[in-house]
Amino acid sequence: MKADITLTVNGEAVRETVEPRTSLADLLRDNLRLTGTHLGCEMGACGACLVLLDGVPVHACLVLAVQADGQKVETIEGLNESGQIEDLQKTFHDRNALQCGFCTNGMLMSAHALLAGNSDPSRDEIRDALSGNYCRCTGYEAIVDAISATAEHRLSAERRLSKMKGAQ
Amino acid sequence: MKSPAFDYVRAESVADAMSAYAAADGDAVYLSGGHSVMPSLALRLQAPALLIDLSNIAALSGISLDDGWLRIGAMTRHVQALNDPLIAVHAPLFAAAAPFVAHPAIRNRGTLGGSLAHADPASEFPAAAVAMQAELEIASSQGIRRVPADDFFVDIYETAIEPGEVLLAIHVPSPVAGQVIGFDEIARRRGDYAMVGAAVQAVSTDAGLEDVSIALFSVGNHPVRARKAQAALTGRAIDAAAIADAQAALEDDLNPPDDPQFPASMRLHLARVLLGRVLANLEAVA
Repeated sequence: MKADITLTVNGEAVRETVEPRTSLADLLRDNLRLTGTHLGCEMGACGACLVLLDGVPVHACLVLAVQADGQKVETIEGLNESGQIEDLQKTFHDRNALQCGFCTNGMLMSAHALLAGNSDPSRDEIRDALSGNYCRCTGYEAIVDAISATAEHRLSAERRLSKMKGAQ
Repeated sequence: MKSPAFDYVRAESVADAMSAYAAADGDAVYLSGGHSVMPSLALRLQAPALLIDLSNIAALSGISLDDGWLRIGAMTRHVQALNDPLIAVHAPLFAAAAPFVAHPAIRNRGTLGGSLAHADPASEFPAAAVAMQAELEIASSQGIRRVPADDFFVDIYETAIEPGEVLLAIHVPSPVAGQVIGFDEIARRRGDYAMVGAAVQAVSTDAGLEDVSIALFSVGNHPVRARKAQAALTGRAIDAAAIADAQAALEDDLNPPDDPQFPASMRLHLARVLLGRVLANLEAVA
């Protein structure tokens, strides 16, 4: 029995008819052609399929499309187009924090969620935030570097801004 | 892999959920956070005709303090165990266990009730529930009953919840003056299944430890209460001799499974090491 669902994906209302067994990841990839959400393990182990569901990172492979009915989904495409993670993406590139790139979208999701709630994370906190994201190429060190550097850039930009405001 | 086909219904009440289960002749699985159910479907370990989503049922949500007991709705997410101020104060072992449970994104969806009802022998919250002497509130077509955590965990993936019944809430008695807790585990990787874990609660008095409650996990088919170790500590101050006696007592408390990669003797050894660590680092919570 198919189900009609309505959800918001990257700010746009989406209506789809899906089989109940369709995962949110398959809905995004197959129906909506948002293939930035990667499928690695399909059992919640690798973290390549992370998306924001009502603002919090979840595994799109472990959520059914029907469960997301009425909710807001943001994918890596949405974050990319909004420019919210431009600095994070650039620093990943600068720091060689990706090689094949398969895990990167999930890594960016975890990093984005971490930095949204903690503007000055320690390396341990970054590692904890990434503990559910597998990378099989780079060995994590460069990824931790990139997230840490992004946090530093954002903090120093904020400090400059508040100084400018103070001077006015 | 992809899940086999199934039907899906979002229940609006517990009665609704139970009647959907009955209508499916029991060929149904309740869906809470889904973070154990979904992988089991993808791996084709089970193939129910119907999934009954419990996430919209108001009666399963909420955290409230009532007459010295904290009532934690079964749908409470793992991340709330990490962040909720009431849980931090009134169910501190859940808060202490939460950082060890899986990874951040899993904690955003996984539920406390789901974890307890699933009863994985390597998972943290069941042992914390046993150590805190929690009680589990279960709804059946006959009514509602409360089962002590000691009687709730029956076997591997098996609990006192009968087919079709729904776990409504977890009730935790508030800490008393002098209460101390400790929680730790040994795992190969952060967030991975524990090779052995320990949840400890006791009351520190002038006459030594009282009400010592020790639950070990990943050492048997369900959380194991270490009664001999509890007795070895009762009425004593925590010192090296008391800890050594508790560690020695584990030989009688545990009968760990034996497998080629992980001999029973190794698990017993690790349980002793871990219990020693936890007892040496008990933390006052009230």
